[in-house]
Amino acid sequence: MELTINGKKHRIDVPPDMPLLWVLRDELGLVGTKFGCGVAACGACTVHVGGQAVRSCVTPVGEIKAPVTTIEGIGTPDRLAVIQQAWIDHQVAQCGYCQSGQIMQAAALLAENPSPTNLEIDAAMQGNLCRCGTYPRIRAAIHDAARRLRGG
Amino acid sequence: MGRARTIARRSFLIGSAAILGGIAFGAYKLEQEPENPLRPGKGETTLNPYLLIDGQGITIITPRAEMGQGNQTTLAALVAEELDLAWGSFRIMHGPPAAAYANSTLLTAGLPVKDYEERSSIQQMFEGILKKVPTLLALQATGGSSAMPDAFVKMRLVGAAARQVLMAAAARKWNVPVGTLSTRDGVVHEPGGRRASYVELAPLAVDIEPPANPPLKPASQWRYLGKSVPRLDQVAKVTGTAAYGIDTRLDGMLYATIRINPRLGGEMLSFDASEAEKMPGVRKIVDLGNGVGVIATNTWLAFQAVQAIQVEWGAAPYPPETDAIMARIEQAFEEAPNSSLRNDGDTEAAFSAPAPDDVVEAEYRAPFLAHTTMEPMNATALYTRDSMRVWVGNQSPVINRDKAAEAVGLPSKAVELITPFLGGGFGRRSEYDFTRYAALMAKAMPGTPVKTTWRREEDITHDYYRPAAIARFRAVMGKDGPVALEGKIAAPSVTRQSSLRLAGFAPPGPDRGLVEGAFDQPYGIADYRVDGHFANLDIPIGFWRSVGNSYNGFFHESFMDEMAHARGLDPVKMRLRLMKGVHEPSRLVLEKVATMAGWTGKTPEGIGRGVAFTYSFGAPTAEIIEVRDGPDGIRITRAWAATDVGVALDPRNIRAQIMSGIIYGLSAAVMGEITFSDGMVEQENFPDYDALRMNNAPRIDVEVLENKTRISGIGEPGTPPSMPALANALFDLTGKRARNLPLNAMFDFA
Ligand code: FES
Ligand code: FES
Repeated sequence: MELTINGKKHRIDVPPDMPLLWVLRDELGLVGTKFGCGVAACGACTVHVGGQAVRSCVTPVGEIKAPVTTIEGIGTPDRLAVIQQAWIDHQVAQCGYCQSGQIMQAAALLAENPSPTNLEIDAAMQGNLCRCGTYPRIRAAIHDAARRLRGG
Repeated sequence: MGRARTIARRSFLIGSAAILGGIAFGAYKLEQEPENPLRPGKGETTLNPYLLIDGQGITIITPRAEMGQGNQTTLAALVAEELDLAWGSFRIMHGPPAAAYANSTLLTAGLPVKDYEERSSIQQMFEGILKKVPTLLALQATGGSSAMPDAFVKMRLVGAAARQVLMAAAARKWNVPVGTLSTRDGVVHEPGGRRASYVELAPLAVDIEPPANPPLKPASQWRYLGKSVPRLDQVAKVTGTAAYGIDTRLDGMLYATIRINPRLGGEMLSFDASEAEKMPGVRKIVDLGNGVGVIATNTWLAFQAVQAIQVEWGAAPYPPETDAIMARIEQAFEEAPNSSLRNDGDTEAAFSAPAPDDVVEAEYRAPFLAHTTMEPMNATALYTRDSMRVWVGNQSPVINRDKAAEAVGLPSKAVELITPFLGGGFGRRSEYDFTRYAALMAKAMPGTPVKTTWRREEDITHDYYRPAAIARFRAVMGKDGPVALEGKIAAPSVTRQSSLRLAGFAPPGPDRGLVEGAFDQPYGIADYRVDGHFANLDIPIGFWRSVGNSYNGFFHESFMDEMAHARGLDPVKMRLRLMKGVHEPSRLVLEKVATMAGWTGKTPEGIGRGVAFTYSFGAPTAEIIEVRDGPDGIRITRAWAATDVGVALDPRNIRAQIMSGIIYGLSAAVMGEITFSDGMVEQENFPDYDALRMNNAPRIDVEVLENKTRISGIGEPGTPPSMPALANALFDLTGKRARNLPLNAMFDFA
């Protein structure tokens, strides 16, 4: 089957019920997307499919009909996306393991809602666990990224 | 007072003698400098174990694990400050397993003394010896909030000495007196205008003897220390390019997982893997003795295959149900105490005939807890019959290397261990089980790299848990506070179990860890005694962020609140009075947090506030939590914290660590509980072992004070007071006193 990931086409030969997470990590070497629970309960594996945030650990690769974006497709160390820069400015990450998923979830929120309130941020982000407790800075970084994306 | 001193000293000596006696070493060895483990390749130079210089620039080797606490940045700042490097102009790397990176401060934290008291000269002498033992044992561990106390002087000296050596090399090259030279941002300058970078000078400096005690900059001249510098790991961590252990990728690598007896420590009686063997992509089934492993062409296949294996598990070596386990812990009260590390005055006399109205009593319980690091346990190994390489996020590289070597029958020197980033540690990664299993899996396929990843279910059901504990407290109250206070704590001993597991012996004598957070609090009470009772229980337990303080903080500070309310006293004022003349920095953090929160002791209907204080790991920390009643349940709305670390090396990072510690503690207090049924842990994944999320975590304000003289670490001290502060706030809100954790058994949270 064929998948478009971060703008690039990939041919893969795996069972259609294999979760996208493991296709990305083990088959394609895109290890920026993380494994946390495997049951859609932590958000570490969040990627975009057709612009929507999905939990790749429970998304069978055979059901994917739209292009996939992972953290590697959002921006790179030399070409940081606005949201990644906001994360750095707020020094959000601690262990950092959850942050790929947090950023993917937040990016999907901002694409849909350019000026989310605290409550809207809470609602969108509560599926993303952070055991290091970086929530206060994630929230601040989302507000900041929203402002920058609006050109404020 | 005289009597208390003697007892403290006697127990101190017993404890230390036991630790030292169990090791058997020659005193002369203590003075030897450990060798530099860095093996410079072509074009590389090393000046000491912390600096590697090549054509690309300078790499600072940090001796402790970066598991989120930001210590790599601050450790590098200590070197960069004195070496005079531009911020961000260097790279950082975890050190390999080596005695050179031993944590000298780790054992001294285990001294059975109250940390807030001045050390006597004999205690200082023992402390001096204990600081050298880790080098001997190559105790290269990250834990006990000890990285900064250990490195504060050591790593600045490293930077200062290297700078001197590089300047001496420049002086020799230009044939000028070294006194005329200066440095700036990695370059040596000569008044005539000549300049040379450290990178070009390094090869000329290798044979120059570094000065033993180079002068250090006064704090007033610091460029990086005492300031909030940008963390060095942020770009990698927001772009998905930070490599964690689980991200290890090697040519021809296969993927594995394991399934160990869920009755912890039990045997595997038999297994039938015929189904799993037939599954496409499965390469090998491995008999691990107490469990099975599967090696496959990807992790998902391995996960599925391992669950398809039929296994008959043997019984657990402990009572199979939670109630019976707690009963076993309770039995420990019947036995003589292991320690009475606090025994001021005469509690026996004080409780012989108190007026019944003056007595306050309570029993508290705290459950077993899992760590749930965000990155599940994993390790990768490549075994080739005469050597092995291991990639594993871990908090104790030497032990991990040695145990992996032992498991596959290789000498330690044949094993190389690489420590990538850790996706959380919290104490879980100071163990070595994940490395040992990964080594065994790799041994089943010599020449092929094998990455072994645990399912989250395996991770939660095979942890080294924070032990459950029970406390019985009673007090005789005077008109403005307790005049006698007695606490008895019963729990299985983490120190004992982990020493046996990690070092092969268990120090006899008083166990500080069992009672820390209860015996060592800076309150002056005339008759004040805290006993620790060992519970005999074979459930795997280990270091969980703040260790004994995590339950004793809850016990002691819940009881403080109960005592205050029993007499209608303000819980802040009562504590301030008890701290007066005992430890001023502690009193000041409590005063500070009360000011920050605008504490009045009164709250309007629908709002509750609670306060708590714990002195742990050298950092007195006071917290106030606010809760509000709402239509969908109780919300934790605000948290205020004040702490004192002596020297605040990176204030923003310290605040982040306190916030992190509070959210970790509140998560446990609200919903953390590991229970057992049929010998197996009942919780398996985040749906039944959850933590606070963005929507139910409070807003947190933190202030960092510097009234203490000694520097302390900050990874743990935020955690202990958060749990009692919350329980005390809930009492203020509802009038209901929670004496058992977790709190969601008694309250509905939003
Ligand atoms: S790994 Fe997918 S939600 Fe946790
Ligand atoms: S930063 Fe460690 S889990 Fe979120």
